[in-house]
Amino acid sequence: MTWNRVRTSLAAFVLLATTSTCGTAGGLTGAGATFPYPIYSKWFDEYGKINKGVNINYQSIGSGGGIRQITDRTVDFGASDAFMSEEQLSKAPGIQHIPTVIGAVVVVYNLPGVGARLTLDGEAITSIFLGQITNWSDAKIASLNPGVKLPSKQITVVHRSDGSGTTNIFTDYLSHVSTQWAKSVGKNTSVNWPAGLGAKGNEGVAGQVKGLEGAIGYTELAYAVTNNLSYAAVKNRAGEAVVPTVESTTRAAAAAAKQMPADLRVSIVNPSAKGAYPIAGFTYLLVYQEQKNAAKGKILADFLWWAIHDGQKFAPALLYAPLPPQVVAKDEAKIKALTAGGKPLIP
Amino acid sequence: MIAVSDKPIRAGGRRSRIPPGAFSGPPPPGPSQGKEPAAGGRSRFNADAIFRGITGSFAGFVLLLVAGMATVMTIASMPAIRKFGWHFLVSSTWDPVQDQYGALPFLFGTLLSSFLALLIAVPLSLGIATFLSELAPERPARILGFLVELLAAIPSVIYGLWGIFVMVPMLRNGPQAWLSAHLGFLPIFAGPAYGVGMMAAGLILAIMILPTISAISLEVFRAVPRAQREAALALGATRWETTRMAVLSYARPGILGAVILGLGRALGETMAVTMLIGNRPAISASLLAPGYTMASVIANEFSEATGDLYLSALIEVALVLFGLTVLLNVGARYLVWSTVKRGENRA
Repeated sequence: MTWNRVRTSLAAFVLLATTSTCGTAGGLTGAGATFPYPIYSKWFDEYGKINKGVNINYQSIGSGGGIRQITDRTVDFGASDAFMSEEQLSKAPGIQHIPTVIGAVVVVYNLPGVGARLTLDGEAITSIFLGQITNWSDAKIASLNPGVKLPSKQITVVHRSDGSGTTNIFTDYLSHVSTQWAKSVGKNTSVNWPAGLGAKGNEGVAGQVKGLEGAIGYTELAYAVTNNLSYAAVKNRAGEAVVPTVESTTRAAAAAAKQMPADLRVSIVNPSAKGAYPIAGFTYLLVYQEQKNAAKGKILADFLWWAIHDGQKFAPALLYAPLPPQVVAKDEAKIKALTAGGKPLIP
Repeated sequence: MIAVSDKPIRAGGRRSRIPPGAFSGPPPPGPSQGKEPAAGGRSRFNADAIFRGITGSFAGFVLLLVAGMATVMTIASMPAIRKFGWHFLVSSTWDPVQDQYGALPFLFGTLLSSFLALLIAVPLSLGIATFLSELAPERPARILGFLVELLAAIPSVIYGLWGIFVMVPMLRNGPQAWLSAHLGFLPIFAGPAYGVGMMAAGLILAIMILPTISAISLEVFRAVPRAQREAALALGATRWETTRMAVLSYARPGILGAVILGLGRALGETMAVTMLIGNRPAISASLLAPGYTMASVIANEFSEATGDLYLSALIEVALVLFGLTVLLNVGARYLVWSTVKRGENRA
């Protein structure tokens, strides 16, 4: 009697398990960057509403983990803020970079009593993060902000302690504007910081800057806005002080689109275009050109197509910059080139 | 003698936790004794063998697990071990851009923060345990004892958040500002008051291991035979002398065991420390300066570690932490063993 009941419930359980596996057959798994996670989860949610049965599971484990997992083919797509190096590419032949949105990194600071937005340039930011300018009343900062009364307050640099795409974009910018930075520190997801405190995550940096008078740090645009932090306008190569916004970030990407190489791996920091905010970067989805599973490949290609067109309208609300039309066109070509068994997935 | 005769002895002896046999000499022969070779002994013997085999294999599994972890970590850290050798342990450069790794600042940070935590937590815990077992009235003692045990169950991220939002601002504006201004000439209080740093990490660790050490010490104290206390009191010892001679010295191995458990938690604690230590891989004598621990660097950088040598170096940090934990535990066990042995010799 009891045994029978156990057997029945076991059978029911097995049945349930099988059906639920069937349900996820229309699903994809991905892993990677944490920076675009808010927009990606929004996309998967919205896309699932339009296409019933398509279920995309994304683990935001970090760009490094995303690259490792797609290289080992344990996920259907990877995601990374930094594009893959030549060495990494050689281990994952056929991998394609699809830029999805653009993120701006802003310089946040805590200076009570200074009402106006500060303007900084590459040289000043580098000197501060190298630990060479240590006081807010420094002549260099003052010369960039005529008419602003700067307090004599010690500067405390706050940087990310965890490896991150945000750090990669920020140090990429500093390496572009300063040969000294490029030589002594360089660019990476984490670097050997010459000065300051490390805080974990964008929220950690935002929290630390918020609590410490005289602090300066860098976060994604979204964290600066939602935490009500002051953030600086940055002088670009054209010499204009540009306030980071979704529009000025997209302009930076549009400027870079002209020199974009065929594999779309490009740094867009410090562009020469007018009105372009200079500290920004693409975030990428990583997919194999030749898909092993045609059904899954089709779902993936359809989703990518949707993301770079209809999906873009969700970006500004989450303070990501949408792709400029030039880059969308390049993405289209990449997605059309995706194949399964040699046949294109998108007609 | 006269001083104590007019009030009841409340030295914890009446608590029911003390085993009934503790007051008498050798325990009376139990009912099971002498009945060992029962009828059907052969099948019983087989059952025993099976039982021993099963539990033995469980115990062996633990050994296997430890050996497996050590092996996997050693293999994965081989590239870093081959590249840096012993320099890994004595170099203080941690530069993911140049692929140069040295773990000394992390080793230093882990040891110093744990040492600070023990320095604060051990005397406090012993005070708490002594009060609750020897001095406090029973009802408050039971409630307080319960609260102490409750503290041990709070997840570390809660401690970290409390630390960053409550403790750090308080430290920064209160004691640290004062120390920095008035005792800043001493190397251990040099530098500006950031709030986060070695002092904050040591404090939060102390708070976190306090319940562990006091809860176990309390149990150990309660297990001290009542006869011990009565003997001391009968010899005319004061309350303090009784506690010191009869309770503390009797419970010493147990206290050491409690401290080992606390140390274990302090060494491996990741989340709360990462949020509070400032994450700068530098060795500084100042308690106000930021530091870094081994557990923190792994948590911070593992997910975005893209290079092979980088990953390998992080795993070697884990291996060093593993080795350090084993070493400290073996050392502490030896200490316990030798005190127990000394006690036996004296008796």
